[in-house]
Amino acid sequence: MAELIAKGPLAGLLPLSIGAVGLTGVDPGPMFSLQPFAGKAAALSKALKKAHGVEFPGPGESQSAKGVRVLWSGREQAFLLGAAPDPALTPFAAVTDQSDGWAVMALLGPGAGDVLARLCPLELRLAAFPVGRVARSQLQHVAALICRVDDGFQIMVMRSFATTAVHELETAMKGVSARKEP
Amino acid sequence: MRVAGKGRIDRSKPVSFTFDGTSYTGFHGDSLASALLANDVRLMGRSFKYHRPRGVLTAGSEEPNALVSVRDVPNVRATVQEIYQGLKAESQNRWPSLRHDVMAINDLASPFLGAGFYYKTFKWPRAFWESLYEPLIRRAAGLGKLPAAHEDRPYEKAFAFCDLLVVGSGPTGLMAALTAARSGVEVILAEEDAVFGGRLNGEAMEVGGMPAADWVAGVVAELAAMPNVRLMARTTVTGAYDGGTWSALERVGHHLAAPAADLPVECFWRIVAQRTVLAAGAIERPLAFPNNDRPGIMVASAVRTYLHRYGVVPGASVALFGNNDDAHRTARDLSAAGVKIAAVIDSRADARPPEGADYPVYMGGHVVGTEGRHGLTALRVAHGGNEQVVYADVLAMSGGWNPTVHLSCHLGARPKWNPELAAFLPAADAVPGMWAAGAANGVFSTAGCLADGINAARQALESIGKAAADMAVPMAEDSAYALTPLWQVPGKGRAWLDFQNDVTVKDVVLAAQENFASVELMKRYTTQGMAPDQGKNSNVAALAVLADATGRGIPETGTTTFRPPFIPTSIAAIGAGGRAKGFAPQRFMTSHRATLERGAPMIEAGLWYRPSYFPKPGEKTWLQSCNREVALVRNAVGVADVSTLGKIDIQGPDAAQFLDFVYTNSFSTLKVGRVRYGLMLREDGHVLDDGTTARLGENHYLMTTTTAAAGLVMRHLEFVHQAHCPGMAVRFISVTEQWAQFAVAGPLARQLLNTVLDAPISDADFPFMACGPVSVEGVAGRLFRISFSGEHAYEVAVPARYGEALFRDLVARAETMDGGPYGMEALNVLRIEKGFITHSEIHGRTTAFDIGMARMVAAKDCIGKAAAARPGLIGEEREQLVGLKPVNPAQSIGAGAHLFKVGQAPQRENDQGYVTSVCWSPTLGSHLALAFLKNGRARHGETIRLVDHLRGVDVSCIVSDPVFLDPEGGRARG
Repeated sequence: MAELIAKGPLAGLLPLSIGAVGLTGVDPGPMFSLQPFAGKAAALSKALKKAHGVEFPGPGESQSAKGVRVLWSGREQAFLLGAAPDPALTPFAAVTDQSDGWAVMALLGPGAGDVLARLCPLELRLAAFPVGRVARSQLQHVAALICRVDDGFQIMVMRSFATTAVHELETAMKGVSARKEP
Repeated sequence: MRVAGKGRIDRSKPVSFTFDGTSYTGFHGDSLASALLANDVRLMGRSFKYHRPRGVLTAGSEEPNALVSVRDVPNVRATVQEIYQGLKAESQNRWPSLRHDVMAINDLASPFLGAGFYYKTFKWPRAFWESLYEPLIRRAAGLGKLPAAHEDRPYEKAFAFCDLLVVGSGPTGLMAALTAARSGVEVILAEEDAVFGGRLNGEAMEVGGMPAADWVAGVVAELAAMPNVRLMARTTVTGAYDGGTWSALERVGHHLAAPAADLPVECFWRIVAQRTVLAAGAIERPLAFPNNDRPGIMVASAVRTYLHRYGVVPGASVALFGNNDDAHRTARDLSAAGVKIAAVIDSRADARPPEGADYPVYMGGHVVGTEGRHGLTALRVAHGGNEQVVYADVLAMSGGWNPTVHLSCHLGARPKWNPELAAFLPAADAVPGMWAAGAANGVFSTAGCLADGINAARQALESIGKAAADMAVPMAEDSAYALTPLWQVPGKGRAWLDFQNDVTVKDVVLAAQENFASVELMKRYTTQGMAPDQGKNSNVAALAVLADATGRGIPETGTTTFRPPFIPTSIAAIGAGGRAKGFAPQRFMTSHRATLERGAPMIEAGLWYRPSYFPKPGEKTWLQSCNREVALVRNAVGVADVSTLGKIDIQGPDAAQFLDFVYTNSFSTLKVGRVRYGLMLREDGHVLDDGTTARLGENHYLMTTTTAAAGLVMRHLEFVHQAHCPGMAVRFISVTEQWAQFAVAGPLARQLLNTVLDAPISDADFPFMACGPVSVEGVAGRLFRISFSGEHAYEVAVPARYGEALFRDLVARAETMDGGPYGMEALNVLRIEKGFITHSEIHGRTTAFDIGMARMVAAKDCIGKAAAARPGLIGEEREQLVGLKPVNPAQSIGAGAHLFKVGQAPQRENDQGYVTSVCWSPTLGSHLALAFLKNGRARHGETIRLVDHLRGVDVSCIVSDPVFLDPEGGRARG
């Protein structure tokens, strides 16, 4: 039987490595949105802990356990990455599949913060934005969900913006790298 | 000329450059101005209005005269531009050459060109304003020339954050930064110059028991080694904004001989600082005496800077004219360097003359005239009732110091006049979280500045709960600042205040006489304080003259408003990344590549790129392609990517109730597995959006919005939920990007789909307006039997990763069946033939009644229902949706045309309505239009006159029902 060929949102765009900074595509695996219904946040968090080992994150927070990550992604909204949500969550929350909706990138290396500071107005100092911290912000003109990881940032943009987002990051990477040249 | 043994330039690194095509050599570390002076080039520019020959006045970013063009960037200050190998600088505001400038004729006409000349002269006749006067004035006005080409070199903008921002790195700034750095907070030290040290680079003095340069180097080395310090050289802080935000412009590549291709020319920073120390220093005031603008006449501190920093004196014989003790320092330094001092003229008769001077000193003297067209040759000195000529080719003037208060005024604070210093100082709390210190705050001795820097940093740190490290104040000169104000020297001849704009004492007095007595009016009347230097050199002196002319004091007269930016800032830097395609992001569908490969021209729909049509070989116009695509949908099967339509997933026990509230019609009654068309109103009763919503499960809906209104509808739903029914258990989220969705439309639609569906569908299990899960070549997808073309049609959705594959597959199969892809042009024709609306019709001013959907407003309550029933929104007076066909079907018509009764003049009072959408219908062999016509539904069959004044169209049309094709809907159901 013929099968449809799958293609990621960053196919042909990444990886990039310029100077000391690398930009790679990340396959988030299963990625689902969780939105607790009114009054069900505590129950959802409990069920989430039981099923996946993580609690529903507060604003700007994330948690991870056993290959599963949960990122705050907006008002009363979080993304569960790495596992399909357990059916036990559905009485407490709206759940949608977002696995194909986002382009997920990792901007890593010693100058990653300098690159992101060209495009994003967030305060990225480690004390203000430590590892695991998440924010909805912008990447030049593109809306983005940005998470600090070890050695850099995970940047998520809506799938259709991937080309523009990569172009913006590449431009910023080149500019930062050019300053380091003798 | 160079002075042996002086200066901090690197004499082992000669640098050659050209100025107006002539080659010169300077040294690494020279500014363009210092290198030209070293080559005895004193004439560097022409003044704005009178085209007077001008030389460099200052050694800093406040320079008003020496403006040049470098690498197509106009108005580069020669005092700021570092020289590099191969630098090509061109002078401005002259033709044909700097030495022989034809427009210098203006100088002879100066008696007629005084303040307000334009206002008085170019008054009448009125018809000449735009056609003659404005082009004339525009050609004469403006400093420098912008290149016609787009600026496509890289520019950058960036954000930075710190605990303490220190603006300026003179003795004050260095000590403030050092104090904060040693206290462990994060510090940004921004210095406009290429080197740190500020005024210390231009003086011969000791700090901390060592030469100032060594002390500066030690402090900078300590700061550079600390991880909590960011040193930003060549960075001018240009503006103060709310919340501790500052703008700054960094020169990144403009000073390099061969900048890397990707290296930004400049970077525009936004720096957010918890606290700021303003250590921007002070600017020395020129003195206003007759003909004080000749090349060779400079401020005294600049003469010292050229001597100590660059090892340059601008001439063989130097005279000094000052009103304070500081002027004598310049004479001492120059004399010690072996430079001939022609005379020192001190306007103060009562001050103590300097000791041990081996040159003439005229206490109580004034310079009352100067000679030398292209450079100073002599000056006339009035002293003790006599006048005498002093021969000198440099005159250093010192009128006292103006603290650089600009940034302190950007949030609206007015600087405060200090009569002892005869200067304006920053107001206390002018910018929340900012401390002004050192010379910027009226502390003019080096020792005072060092101590004030420590003190300001300490206060700033304490205010954020940080203890400041213990700091000792290094030893330094601590002389008092003794000055007697001298605002103007009377005498015959023009005394310039604003060199850049050619504003003289006489102009300011004239402004006062003509009752432009407020400082803001004087500025606009005379143009004093405008253009690149923004009055940095002239503001205080000009308002002192104005105060005198109006009989008021200086504090009562006040200053004009200092606004950002502090220095000229290129738009290319402020808008970095926003040029051309960078203006807005591009959103691409999964079919984008496959679409481009088929040669489809793309059009923008919001941020999305969608195919206009898919040209086939032999098709010469878009219309040919469009007609073919319409026909293939009507006769076979067409495929279109409709992924751009907004998809909102709605879930929750109260989802049905919520939808009933936001839609005019009911969705609680919709069966699971069915789709319904819905209409959404704004709170004011007008149509917000339309689309289909599918019920996927008991508590699970999928709403479709138009492409343009996807974000708008999401915002509306959020607002309604949060503001009107927060208790409802319902959640929604965009899944637009998760699914790639394709319309498959035409009589062969099902036949095509069944070749890719793992379980074929039939009309019985998938009737019109059905929906449900399907398996598409092994992939879990969704199928909706909906139609925007009026044909038997479906929309099939798969997760986006399969989008490209499914699009290519469907199109190939459709082509085998004599169908193919269709674009937006055909999609538009198909929907107009069926009378389906888009945002051309629901443009924000139409109601459900207007578009003939009043019956869709159900008995239940909904958003906008009450407002839609207001008088004036319903009735015969409303313009209602109708169809129009030209009497001659071949006659083309355009959207935007207006409708008139036959026999009435086509003018505004007789307006009956307007056309919103038009097309050529290959199916019906006629042009068609959708339009809004007064009481239109009652006028079907009437002949109406359609007039488009813009395109010169005047056509008779027949009014009809908007549904031109298959009004019973048999094709979609079949």
